[in-house]
Amino acid sequence: MTNKEADRRSNFWSGFLFGIGFVAFLDETVFHQLLHWHHFYDKRTTEIGLISDGIFHAFSWFATIAGLFLFSHLRRKKALQILRWIGGVFLGAGLFQLYDGTIQHKLLRIHQIRYVENVLFYDLIWNIVAVVLVVIGLLLTMSKPNRENWRGIANADR
Amino acid sequence: MRIDSYIRVICGTESMVNGSKFLLLPLTVFLVMYVAAAIKQGQKWPHYRTILFSCCFLCVAISTMGPLAILSHVDFKIHMICHLLLGMVAPLLLVLAAPMTLLLRTLPVNLARRLSKVLKSFPFQLFTHPVVAAILNIGGLWLLYTTNLYGQMHEYPLLHFIVHFHIFMAGYLYSLSMISMDPMPHQFPFLFRAIVLVCALGGHGILAKYIYAHPPTGVSTIQGEIGGMIMYYGGDGIEIVVIYLLCQKWFGSSRFHNGKKGRRQKALGTV
Repeated sequence: MTNKEADRRSNFWSGFLFGIGFVAFLDETVFHQLLHWHHFYDKRTTEIGLISDGIFHAFSWFATIAGLFLFSHLRRKKALQILRWIGGVFLGAGLFQLYDGTIQHKLLRIHQIRYVENVLFYDLIWNIVAVVLVVIGLLLTMSKPNRENWRGIANADR
Repeated sequence: MRIDSYIRVICGTESMVNGSKFLLLPLTVFLVMYVAAAIKQGQKWPHYRTILFSCCFLCVAISTMGPLAILSHVDFKIHMICHLLLGMVAPLLLVLAAPMTLLLRTLPVNLARRLSKVLKSFPFQLFTHPVVAAILNIGGLWLLYTTNLYGQMHEYPLLHFIVHFHIFMAGYLYSLSMISMDPMPHQFPFLFRAIVLVCALGGHGILAKYIYAHPPTGVSTIQGEIGGMIMYYGGDGIEIVVIYLLCQKWFGSSRFHNGKKGRRQKALGTV
Protein backbone atom coordinates (compact mmCIF):
# COMPACT_ATOMS: atom_id res chain seq x y z
CA MET A 1 0.00 0.00 0.00
CA THR A 2 1.54 3.30 -1.06
CA ASN A 3 1.65 6.32 1.20
CA LYS A 4 -1.01 8.09 -0.85
CA GLU A 5 -3.35 5.12 -0.64
CA ALA A 6 -2.84 4.97 3.13
CA ASP A 7 -3.69 8.69 3.41
CA ARG A 8 -6.84 8.24 1.37
CA ARG A 9 -7.92 5.44 3.64
CA SER A 10 -7.12 7.42 6.76
CA ASN A 11 -9.16 10.34 5.45
CA PHE A 12 -12.13 8.10 4.78
CA TRP A 13 -11.97 6.33 8.16
CA SER A 14 -11.52 9.55 10.09
CA GLY A 15 -14.67 10.96 8.47
CA PHE A 16 -16.52 7.67 8.87
CA LEU A 17 -15.81 7.47 12.61
CA PHE A 18 -16.77 11.08 13.14
CA GLY A 19 -19.97 10.59 11.10
CA ILE A 20 -21.08 7.66 13.27
CA GLY A 21 -20.34 9.61 16.42
CA PHE A 22 -21.97 12.79 15.22
CA VAL A 23 -25.25 11.19 14.16
CA ALA A 24 -25.41 9.20 17.42
CA PHE A 25 -24.86 12.43 19.32
CA LEU A 26 -27.64 14.19 17.35
CA ASP A 27 -29.94 11.22 18.00
CA GLU A 28 -29.23 11.44 21.72
CA THR A 29 -29.67 15.21 22.06
CA VAL A 30 -32.52 15.84 19.62
CA PHE A 31 -34.71 12.73 19.86
CA HIS A 32 -33.99 11.65 23.45
CA GLN A 33 -33.40 14.90 25.31
CA LEU A 34 -35.09 17.74 23.40
CA LEU A 35 -38.11 16.14 21.73
CA HIS A 36 -38.52 13.20 24.14
CA TRP A 37 -39.68 11.03 21.23
CA HIS A 38 -37.30 8.15 21.90
CA HIS A 39 -37.50 6.31 25.21
CA PHE A 40 -34.52 5.45 27.39
CA TYR A 41 -35.89 1.94 27.72
CA ASP A 42 -38.81 0.26 25.99
CA LYS A 43 -40.48 -2.63 27.81
CA ARG A 44 -40.42 -4.70 24.61
CA THR A 45 -36.66 -4.42 24.21
CA THR A 46 -35.00 -7.77 23.59
CA GLU A 47 -31.85 -8.66 25.52
CA ILE A 48 -29.76 -8.68 22.37
CA GLY A 49 -31.19 -5.22 21.62
CA LEU A 50 -29.90 -3.96 24.94
CA ILE A 51 -26.44 -5.34 24.19
CA SER A 52 -26.40 -3.94 20.65
CA ASP A 53 -27.51 -0.53 21.91
CA GLY A 54 -24.91 -0.49 24.70
CA ILE A 55 -21.99 -1.46 22.48
CA PHE A 56 -22.99 0.91 19.67
CA HIS A 57 -23.51 3.77 22.09
CA ALA A 58 -20.06 3.22 23.62
CA PHE A 59 -18.46 2.83 20.20
CA SER A 60 -20.03 5.99 18.80
CA TRP A 61 -18.91 7.90 21.89
CA PHE A 62 -15.35 6.74 21.31
CA ALA A 63 -15.54 7.22 17.54
CA THR A 64 -16.42 10.93 17.78
CA ILE A 65 -13.29 11.74 19.74
CA ALA A 66 -10.98 9.30 17.94
CA GLY A 67 -12.22 10.51 14.52
CA LEU A 68 -11.43 14.12 15.39
CA PHE A 69 -7.96 13.20 16.67
CA LEU A 70 -7.34 11.37 13.39
CA PHE A 71 -8.54 14.50 11.54
CA SER A 72 -6.06 16.56 13.51
CA HIS A 73 -3.31 14.06 12.76
CA LEU A 74 -4.04 14.24 8.99
CA ARG A 75 -4.05 18.02 9.11
CA ARG A 76 -0.70 17.96 10.90
CA LYS A 77 0.69 15.66 8.23
CA LYS A 78 -0.78 17.99 5.56
CA ALA A 79 -2.51 14.93 4.14
CA LEU A 80 -6.12 16.04 4.60
CA GLN A 81 -8.44 15.39 1.65
CA ILE A 82 -11.48 17.29 2.73
CA LEU A 83 -13.97 15.91 0.17
CA ARG A 84 -13.07 12.34 0.97
CA TRP A 85 -13.33 13.18 4.66
CA ILE A 86 -16.82 14.71 4.22
CA GLY A 87 -17.81 11.69 2.15
CA GLY A 88 -16.73 9.49 5.05
CA VAL A 89 -18.87 11.56 7.43
CA PHE A 90 -21.97 11.15 5.24
CA LEU A 91 -21.40 7.43 4.78
CA GLY A 92 -20.80 6.82 8.49
CA ALA A 93 -23.83 8.89 9.47
CA GLY A 94 -26.07 7.24 6.86
CA LEU A 95 -25.05 3.68 7.65
CA PHE A 96 -25.46 4.19 11.37
CA GLN A 97 -28.89 5.77 10.92
CA LEU A 98 -29.93 2.93 8.60
CA TYR A 99 -28.76 0.36 11.16
CA ASP A 100 -30.56 2.25 13.92
CA GLY A 101 -33.75 2.65 11.87
CA THR A 102 -34.04 -0.92 10.60
CA ILE A 103 -32.28 -3.36 12.96
CA GLN A 104 -32.27 -1.50 16.28
CA HIS A 105 -35.73 0.09 16.06
CA LYS A 106 -37.67 -2.59 14.18
CA LEU A 107 -35.91 -5.93 14.67
CA LEU A 108 -34.47 -5.56 18.18
CA ARG A 109 -37.18 -3.12 19.32
CA ILE A 110 -34.96 -1.05 21.60
CA HIS A 111 -37.46 1.79 21.18
CA GLN A 112 -39.64 3.35 18.48
CA ILE A 113 -38.98 6.71 16.83
CA ARG A 114 -42.11 8.19 18.33
CA TYR A 115 -44.93 6.68 20.34
CA VAL A 116 -47.84 7.51 17.99
CA GLU A 117 -50.28 5.46 15.91
CA ASN A 118 -48.77 5.79 12.43
CA VAL A 119 -45.15 5.14 13.32
CA LEU A 120 -44.62 3.69 9.82
CA PHE A 121 -44.56 7.23 8.46
CA TYR A 122 -41.73 8.17 10.81
CA ASP A 123 -39.86 4.95 10.02
CA LEU A 124 -40.07 5.64 6.27
CA ILE A 125 -38.74 9.18 6.57
CA TRP A 126 -36.01 8.04 8.96
CA ASN A 127 -34.74 5.33 6.63
CA ILE A 128 -35.12 7.37 3.42
CA VAL A 129 -32.98 10.11 4.98
CA ALA A 130 -30.46 7.43 5.92
CA VAL A 131 -30.33 6.08 2.34
CA VAL A 132 -29.91 9.62 0.95
CA LEU A 133 -26.99 10.20 3.33
CA VAL A 134 -25.38 6.93 2.22
CA VAL A 135 -25.76 7.85 -1.48
CA ILE A 136 -24.25 11.31 -0.94
CA GLY A 137 -21.41 9.68 1.00
CA LEU A 138 -20.75 7.16 -1.77
CA LEU A 139 -20.77 9.87 -4.47
CA LEU A 140 -18.34 12.03 -2.51
CA THR A 141 -15.91 9.21 -1.70
CA MET A 142 -15.99 7.81 -5.24
CA SER A 143 -15.48 11.20 -6.88
CA LYS A 144 -12.17 11.86 -8.62
CA PRO A 145 -9.75 13.37 -6.13
CA ASN A 146 -8.73 16.34 -8.30
CA ARG A 147 -9.53 19.38 -6.20
CA GLU A 148 -9.22 17.62 -2.90
CA ASN A 149 -6.60 19.78 -1.22
CA TRP A 150 -8.04 23.14 -0.42
CA ARG A 151 -4.72 24.59 0.51
CA GLY A 152 -4.81 27.17 3.22
CA ILE A 153 -8.30 26.08 4.29
CA ALA A 154 -7.96 22.39 4.69
CA ASN A 155 -4.33 21.98 5.66
CA ALA A 156 -2.36 23.97 8.15
CA ASP A 157 0.13 25.96 6.11
CA ARG A 158 3.17 26.52 8.21
CA MET B 1 -44.83 3.25 59.90
CA ARG B 2 -42.85 4.35 56.87
CA ILE B 3 -41.15 7.17 58.71
CA ASP B 4 -40.42 4.78 61.53
CA SER B 5 -38.62 2.32 59.29
CA TYR B 6 -36.91 5.20 57.53
CA ILE B 7 -35.48 6.47 60.81
CA ARG B 8 -34.43 2.97 61.77
CA VAL B 9 -32.60 2.57 58.47
CA ILE B 10 -30.97 5.98 58.83
CA CYS B 11 -29.83 5.29 62.39
CA GLY B 12 -28.65 1.81 61.50
CA THR B 13 -26.60 3.04 58.57
CA GLU B 14 -25.38 6.06 60.44
CA SER B 15 -23.46 3.79 62.78
CA MET B 16 -22.11 1.98 59.73
CA VAL B 17 -21.00 5.21 58.09
CA ASN B 18 -19.58 6.40 61.41
CA GLY B 19 -17.70 3.12 61.46
CA SER B 20 -16.16 3.92 58.10
CA LYS B 21 -14.81 7.17 59.52
CA PHE B 22 -11.73 5.21 60.61
CA LEU B 23 -10.79 5.59 56.94
CA LEU B 24 -10.19 9.26 57.55
CA LEU B 25 -6.91 8.47 59.34
CA PRO B 26 -5.12 6.51 56.56
CA LEU B 27 -6.53 8.86 53.93
CA THR B 28 -5.19 11.91 55.74
CA VAL B 29 -1.82 10.19 56.16
CA PHE B 30 -1.71 9.59 52.39
CA LEU B 31 -2.62 13.21 51.69
CA VAL B 32 0.03 14.56 54.07
CA MET B 33 2.65 12.23 52.59
CA TYR B 34 1.77 13.30 49.06
CA VAL B 35 1.90 17.01 49.88
CA ALA B 36 5.17 16.61 51.79
CA ALA B 37 6.74 14.74 48.88
CA ALA B 38 5.45 17.34 46.42
CA ILE B 39 6.94 20.15 48.50
CA LYS B 40 10.24 18.28 48.64
CA GLN B 41 10.23 18.03 44.83
CA GLY B 42 9.54 21.76 44.67
CA GLN B 43 9.28 23.27 41.19
CA LYS B 44 9.80 19.90 39.51
CA TRP B 45 6.41 18.66 40.62
CA PRO B 46 3.49 20.48 38.92
CA HIS B 47 0.98 22.04 41.32
CA TYR B 48 -2.03 20.76 39.40
CA ARG B 49 -1.14 17.18 40.36
CA THR B 50 -1.25 18.05 44.04
CA ILE B 51 -4.62 19.70 43.48
CA LEU B 52 -5.90 16.62 41.62
CA PHE B 53 -4.76 14.39 44.48
CA SER B 54 -6.58 16.59 46.99
CA CYS B 55 -9.73 16.44 44.86
CA CYS B 56 -9.44 12.64 44.82
CA PHE B 57 -9.25 12.69 48.64
CA LEU B 58 -12.35 14.88 48.72
CA CYS B 59 -14.31 12.56 46.39
CA VAL B 60 -13.48 9.49 48.48
CA ALA B 61 -14.39 11.30 51.70
CA ILE B 62 -17.71 12.63 50.35
CA SER B 63 -18.80 9.26 49.02
CA THR B 64 -17.84 7.11 52.02
CA MET B 65 -18.53 9.34 55.03
CA GLY B 66 -20.67 12.31 55.82
CA PRO B 67 -24.31 13.11 55.04
CA LEU B 68 -24.29 12.00 51.41
CA ALA B 69 -22.94 8.58 52.37
CA ILE B 70 -25.69 8.19 55.01
CA LEU B 71 -28.41 9.19 52.57
CA SER B 72 -27.03 6.82 49.92
CA HIS B 73 -28.24 3.86 51.98
CA VAL B 74 -31.88 4.84 51.63
CA ASP B 75 -31.82 6.83 48.41
CA PHE B 76 -30.69 4.96 45.31
CA LYS B 77 -30.13 8.20 43.35
CA ILE B 78 -27.64 9.42 45.96
CA HIS B 79 -26.11 5.94 46.05
CA MET B 80 -25.49 6.20 42.30
CA ILE B 81 -23.89 9.63 42.60
CA CYS B 82 -21.61 8.31 45.35
CA HIS B 83 -20.83 5.29 43.20
CA LEU B 84 -19.78 7.55 40.30
CA LEU B 85 -17.64 9.67 42.62
CA LEU B 86 -15.94 6.71 44.29
CA GLY B 87 -15.64 4.33 41.34
CA MET B 88 -14.95 6.70 38.43
CA VAL B 89 -14.07 10.29 39.38
CA ALA B 90 -11.76 9.55 42.34
CA PRO B 91 -9.74 6.80 40.55
CA LEU B 92 -9.35 9.01 37.47
CA LEU B 93 -8.07 11.89 39.62
CA LEU B 94 -5.68 9.52 41.39
CA VAL B 95 -4.27 8.29 38.08
CA LEU B 96 -3.77 11.88 36.91
CA ALA B 97 -2.01 12.73 40.17
CA ALA B 98 0.67 10.09 39.33
CA PRO B 99 1.40 9.04 42.95
CA MET B 100 3.82 6.24 41.92
CA THR B 101 6.04 8.62 39.97
CA LEU B 102 6.19 10.94 42.96
CA LEU B 103 6.99 8.03 45.28
CA LEU B 104 9.76 6.73 43.02
CA ARG B 105 11.31 10.18 42.78
CA THR B 106 11.15 10.87 46.50
CA LEU B 107 12.36 7.53 47.88
CA PRO B 108 16.09 6.85 48.32
CA VAL B 109 17.56 5.08 45.29
CA ASN B 110 17.83 1.58 46.75
CA LEU B 111 14.25 1.64 48.03
CA ALA B 112 13.00 3.07 44.74
CA ARG B 113 14.73 0.24 42.90
CA ARG B 114 13.06 -2.30 45.12
CA LEU B 115 9.68 -0.66 44.56
CA SER B 116 10.10 -0.63 40.79
CA LYS B 117 10.93 -4.34 41.01
CA VAL B 118 7.62 -4.88 42.79
CA LEU B 119 5.84 -2.86 40.10
CA LYS B 120 7.34 -5.15 37.47
CA SER B 121 6.27 -8.31 39.32
CA PHE B 122 3.73 -10.72 37.90
CA PRO B 123 0.74 -9.94 40.18
CA PHE B 124 1.02 -6.22 39.52
CA GLN B 125 1.26 -6.81 35.78
CA LEU B 126 -1.73 -9.15 35.92
CA PHE B 127 -3.97 -6.67 37.72
CA THR B 128 -3.02 -3.78 35.46
CA HIS B 129 -3.72 -5.79 32.30
CA PRO B 130 -6.56 -3.88 30.55
CA VAL B 131 -8.78 -6.97 30.19
CA VAL B 132 -8.31 -8.12 33.80
CA ALA B 133 -8.86 -4.59 35.15
CA ALA B 134 -11.97 -4.08 33.01
CA ILE B 135 -13.45 -7.43 34.13
CA LEU B 136 -12.72 -6.62 37.78
CA ASN B 137 -14.36 -3.23 37.34
CA ILE B 138 -17.45 -3.97 35.24
CA GLY B 139 -17.84 -7.58 36.40
CA GLY B 140 -17.82 -6.41 40.01
CA LEU B 141 -20.61 -3.94 39.26
CA TRP B 142 -22.72 -6.62 37.55
CA LEU B 143 -22.23 -8.86 40.57
CA LEU B 144 -23.23 -6.04 42.93
CA TYR B 145 -26.41 -4.92 41.18
CA THR B 146 -27.80 -8.13 39.69
CA THR B 147 -27.43 -10.40 42.73
CA ASN B 148 -28.64 -9.79 46.28
CA LEU B 149 -25.18 -8.51 47.19
CA TYR B 150 -26.57 -4.98 47.06
CA GLY B 151 -29.09 -5.72 49.82
CA GLN B 152 -26.62 -7.68 51.94
CA MET B 153 -24.03 -4.93 51.66
CA HIS B 154 -26.25 -2.69 53.75
CA GLU B 155 -26.49 -5.26 56.54
CA TYR B 156 -22.88 -6.27 57.11
CA PRO B 157 -20.37 -3.45 57.76
CA LEU B 158 -17.38 -5.54 56.69
CA LEU B 159 -19.02 -6.45 53.38
CA HIS B 160 -19.94 -2.79 52.96
CA PHE B 161 -16.29 -1.83 53.36
CA ILE B 162 -15.02 -4.57 51.03
CA VAL B 163 -17.49 -3.61 48.27
CA HIS B 164 -16.53 0.06 48.45
CA PHE B 165 -12.81 -0.76 48.56
CA HIS B 166 -13.25 -3.01 45.52
CA ILE B 167 -15.18 -0.35 43.58
CA PHE B 168 -12.42 2.20 44.15
CA MET B 169 -9.48 -0.14 43.52
CA ALA B 170 -11.01 -1.73 40.42
CA GLY B 171 -11.76 1.76 39.07
CA TYR B 172 -8.15 2.77 39.74
CA LEU B 173 -6.64 -0.30 38.07
CA TYR B 174 -8.92 0.18 35.07
CA SER B 175 -8.00 3.86 34.65
CA LEU B 176 -4.33 2.99 35.21
CA SER B 177 -4.40 0.34 32.48
CA MET B 178 -5.99 2.83 30.07
CA ILE B 179 -4.17 6.12 30.65
CA SER B 180 -1.29 5.66 33.03
CA MET B 181 0.62 8.80 33.94
CA ASP B 182 2.99 6.57 35.92
CA PRO B 183 5.69 4.56 34.16
CA MET B 184 4.20 1.15 33.32
CA PRO B 185 6.40 -1.91 32.74
CA HIS B 186 4.26 -2.98 29.83
CA GLN B 187 2.16 -0.59 27.76
CA PHE B 188 -0.45 -2.21 25.55
CA PRO B 189 -1.07 -0.95 21.99
CA PHE B 190 -3.55 1.89 21.50
CA LEU B 191 -6.00 -0.18 19.48
CA PHE B 192 -6.09 -2.95 22.07
CA ARG B 193 -6.81 -0.52 24.89
CA ALA B 194 -9.41 1.24 22.74
CA ILE B 195 -11.30 -2.02 22.12
CA VAL B 196 -11.24 -2.92 25.83
CA LEU B 197 -12.44 0.58 26.69
CA VAL B 198 -15.39 0.40 24.28
CA CYS B 199 -16.39 -3.02 25.67
CA ALA B 200 -16.12 -1.80 29.26
CA LEU B 201 -18.11 1.36 28.54
CA GLY B 202 -20.69 -0.75 26.70
CA GLY B 203 -20.95 -3.10 29.69
CA HIS B 204 -21.45 -0.11 31.98
CA GLY B 205 -24.22 1.32 29.78
CA ILE B 206 -25.97 -2.05 29.43
CA LEU B 207 -25.91 -2.50 33.21
CA ALA B 208 -27.33 1.03 33.67
CA LYS B 209 -30.27 0.19 31.39
CA TYR B 210 -30.68 -3.17 33.11
CA ILE B 211 -30.92 -1.40 36.47
CA TYR B 212 -33.49 0.99 34.95
CA ALA B 213 -35.69 -1.98 34.07
CA HIS B 214 -34.82 -4.32 36.96
CA PRO B 215 -33.80 -2.32 40.06
CA PRO B 216 -31.97 -4.25 42.82
CA THR B 217 -34.15 -5.70 45.58
CA GLY B 218 -35.34 -3.05 48.02
CA VAL B 219 -35.13 -0.23 45.47
CA SER B 220 -38.37 1.27 44.16
CA THR B 221 -39.04 1.40 40.41
CA ILE B 222 -38.84 5.19 40.16
CA GLN B 223 -35.57 5.32 42.14
CA GLY B 224 -34.16 2.53 39.99
CA GLU B 225 -35.10 4.45 36.84
CA ILE B 226 -33.45 7.69 37.93
CA GLY B 227 -30.44 5.80 39.32
CA GLY B 228 -29.98 3.93 36.04
CA MET B 229 -30.08 7.18 34.08
CA ILE B 230 -27.56 8.84 36.41
CA MET B 231 -25.26 5.85 35.94
CA TYR B 232 -25.69 5.89 32.14
CA TYR B 233 -25.14 9.58 31.48
CA GLY B 234 -22.72 10.14 34.36
CA GLY B 235 -20.56 7.26 33.16
CA ASP B 236 -20.56 8.69 29.64
CA GLY B 237 -19.57 12.12 30.89
CA ILE B 238 -16.64 10.90 32.96
CA GLU B 239 -15.46 8.45 30.32
CA ILE B 240 -15.06 11.34 27.83
CA VAL B 241 -11.98 12.38 29.80
CA VAL B 242 -10.51 8.85 29.65
CA ILE B 243 -11.19 8.56 25.89
CA TYR B 244 -9.73 12.03 25.28
CA LEU B 245 -6.54 11.27 27.22
CA LEU B 246 -6.14 7.85 25.57
CA CYS B 247 -6.47 9.42 22.09
CA GLN B 248 -4.17 12.25 23.06
CA LYS B 249 -1.49 9.73 24.04
CA TRP B 250 -1.80 8.14 20.62
CA PHE B 251 -1.70 11.58 18.97
CA GLY B 252 1.41 12.58 20.92
CA SER B 253 3.22 9.33 20.26
CA SER B 254 2.50 9.40 16.52
CA ARG B 255 3.87 12.92 16.32
CA PHE B 256 7.03 11.78 18.04
CA HIS B 257 7.31 8.87 15.66
CA ASN B 258 6.87 11.04 12.57
CA GLY B 259 9.27 13.64 13.88
CA LYS B 260 11.98 11.07 14.49
CA LYS B 261 11.44 9.44 11.12
CA GLY B 262 11.49 12.85 9.41
CA ARG B 263 14.70 13.84 11.11
CA ARG B 264 16.36 10.54 10.20
CA GLN B 265 15.29 10.90 6.58
CA LYS B 266 16.59 14.45 6.53
CA ALA B 267 19.91 13.32 7.96
CA LEU B 268 20.21 10.61 5.34
CA GLY B 269 19.28 13.10 2.65
CA THR B 270 16.35 11.10 1.39
CA VAL B 271 13.81 13.94 1.70
